Amino acid sequence: MDLKDKLLTSYIAFEDHLKENSPLHDLRSSAIKVFEEKGFPSKKEENWKYTSLNSLLKEQYSFSSKTEGAIDFKDVKKYFLHNVDTYKLVFIDGVYSSFLSETTHDGIDVCLLSSALDKSKYEPVIEAYFNKAAKEDGITQLNTAFTKEGAFIHIPKNKEVDKPIEIIYFSTGNEGAMFLQPRNLIVADENAHVQIIERHQSLSSNAVLTNTVTEIFADKRAMVDYYKIQNDKPSASLVDSTYIIQQRESICSMHTFSFGGQITRNNLQFRQEGEHCDSILNGITIIQEKQHVDHNTLVHHIAENCESHQDYKGIFDDSSTGVFNGKVYVEKEAQKLDAFQQNNNILISDDATINAKPQLEIFADDVKCSHGCTIGQLDSDALFYMRSRGIGQKEAKALLMYAFANNVLESVKIPELKSRINKLIADKIGVSLGFEL
Amino acid sequence: MLKIKDVHASVEGKSILNGINLEVNAGEIHAIMGPNGAGKSTLASVISGKDEYEMTKGEILLDNEDITELDPEERAHKGVFMSFQYPISIPGVSTTNFIKTAINETRKSKGQDDMPASEMLKMIKEKAELLDIDRKFLSRSLNEGFSGGEKKRNEIFQLAMLEPKLAILDETDSGLDIDALKVVANGVNKLKNKDNAVVVITHYQRLLDYIVPDFVHVLMDGKIVKSGTKELAYELEEKGYDWIKEKLA
Repeated sequence: MDLKDKLLTSYIAFEDHLKENSPLHDLRSSAIKVFEEKGFPSKKEENWKYTSLNSLLKEQYSFSSKTEGAIDFKDVKKYFLHNVDTYKLVFIDGVYSSFLSETTHDGIDVCLLSSALDKSKYEPVIEAYFNKAAKEDGITQLNTAFTKEGAFIHIPKNKEVDKPIEIIYFSTGNEGAMFLQPRNLIVADENAHVQIIERHQSLSSNAVLTNTVTEIFADKRAMVDYYKIQNDKPSASLVDSTYIIQQRESICSMHTFSFGGQITRNNLQFRQEGEHCDSILNGITIIQEKQHVDHNTLVHHIAENCESHQDYKGIFDDSSTGVFNGKVYVEKEAQKLDAFQQNNNILISDDATINAKPQLEIFADDVKCSHGCTIGQLDSDALFYMRSRGIGQKEAKALLMYAFANNVLESVKIPELKSRINKLIADKIGVSLGFEL
Repeated sequence: MLKIKDVHASVEGKSILNGINLEVNAGEIHAIMGPNGAGKSTLASVISGKDEYEMTKGEILLDNEDITELDPEERAHKGVFMSFQYPISIPGVSTTNFIKTAINETRKSKGQDDMPASEMLKMIKEKAELLDIDRKFLSRSLNEGFSGGEKKRNEIFQLAMLEPKLAILDETDSGLDIDALKVVANGVNKLKNKDNAVVVITHYQRLLDYIVPDFVHVLMDGKIVKSGTKELAYELEEKGYDWIKEKLA
């Protein structure tokens, strides 16, 4: 039985435990039908031309954990932010860990999606938002059908969340290979401000495939700062689909730091429904060996006077592969738009590959849209400059790579996170620089 | 200190230096002048060890040690410094951090520990004052958005911090107005002592009014065709490089 059939069979068992006649049940039923019809994406689809999941689909995965995963905090401390207080939503093999988490209902809701789906008090929010942004593609709807657990964050009007929220999904490998499908729902009401950090982390060398879906809704003047840290083991793969809908004057930023994992695919879609929205999409990818990272972005401009800024940097070593497929779609009504897209890549090895495909589809006539894409090697004059000052070749390369990626880091608003990412970059490049970057 | 013996060098198969001989002793200032395309910058790059240049013949000795096969950073550790005609910028890395890294890498190569932070700070303060540099300037990203003059002054600041035995100034005067030129030249003069040496590479005599050379060499078609004292520079300024060409012909 292939993975698709196994999932369809397992859905029947899963359905038995669900409440009948709930709107959610209908949603799941239609979602599984979409998956049944469309299945997993294949390279025949334009959007998946450069990323194949085939090698991952052959694995024999468990879909849920039979034993309760327990982790000592000291073993996973390094995956959390230090020296800064945060709310924490931690999941182990898809199951919520109350021991490692710090939730709240004090003025804001930072809690579990399972309880939000279950309790009547959350019904209006769930009905208004759940699966309303997610697209009708097979792999997203597979997640919808099986939605069980994840983060639920609801920030009411005028509320500024006092500290960042960390969402961490650990997989222990206790059950062998594992297929996980977390689901996050984030709703920022009018003028609400929130900062969120998400990461998926495998703790063993067993295979993990995570198909995660996040929906983010930013109401009028809301500010959502979102950071994804993708630095997983070489046995872990991730399909991360994030759908963001923005209302007028909202500002949403998504930073994606892709430093590890076997195959990582980011589907990031912004939809600007109100005027004066700003969407920021930043990414740094630094990979080696046979790693593969695919950024597939879409910014859908519908209203007037909006902005979007995309800046993706990639450094590819060994036989790693990168994909950047960024699309800006401007509707006829979206006049006075300022859309910017930049994708710069450095190939360090002759065997590394980048497939870059910027796309602009513009139907309005009074807009400013620009895009640029570069692929190159490290500047040899710059390297010589540094070496002539006594800085060794390896360190000089590291400094250059750091400088290359640096402007993407500028917009990270959590200082602790910024220095953390700096360290990750230094580790990734394999040097310790003699100062704090 | 520096002995260049019959150096031939080519880039991408094209021969640029065709047998250079030059000897520079401690305490001396040498100027190398020549028209565009004579091989001046190539000579500077070959001494500093730039990969793109292939030395096909000859040897370069520093304190009687052959440095021909050494990497650029190894030559730097032995006391070779080149001030660039076009210094590069590194966004996100301040001048202070850059120079700290350079100094500590050099110390590491000699088996020394990192320079203590307080000592480093004191030295930075001292050298910044010497060159009349605002220390705020040093916390800015290296050369990013710097004017031509600021970049050159930054080069001399690094020179001051690294205290090399041999400083090669490649077209340090290009792009500088007279005030900036004076500041840069003044810095070099203050750093000059009996134990180090300076090689000034320039197209024009102008800089040599401020950094006064003991010897002047004329480089043409990859060879030193004439050597003399500072008077040679004035003669060149007056009569132009064609004068030498004619004399040679």
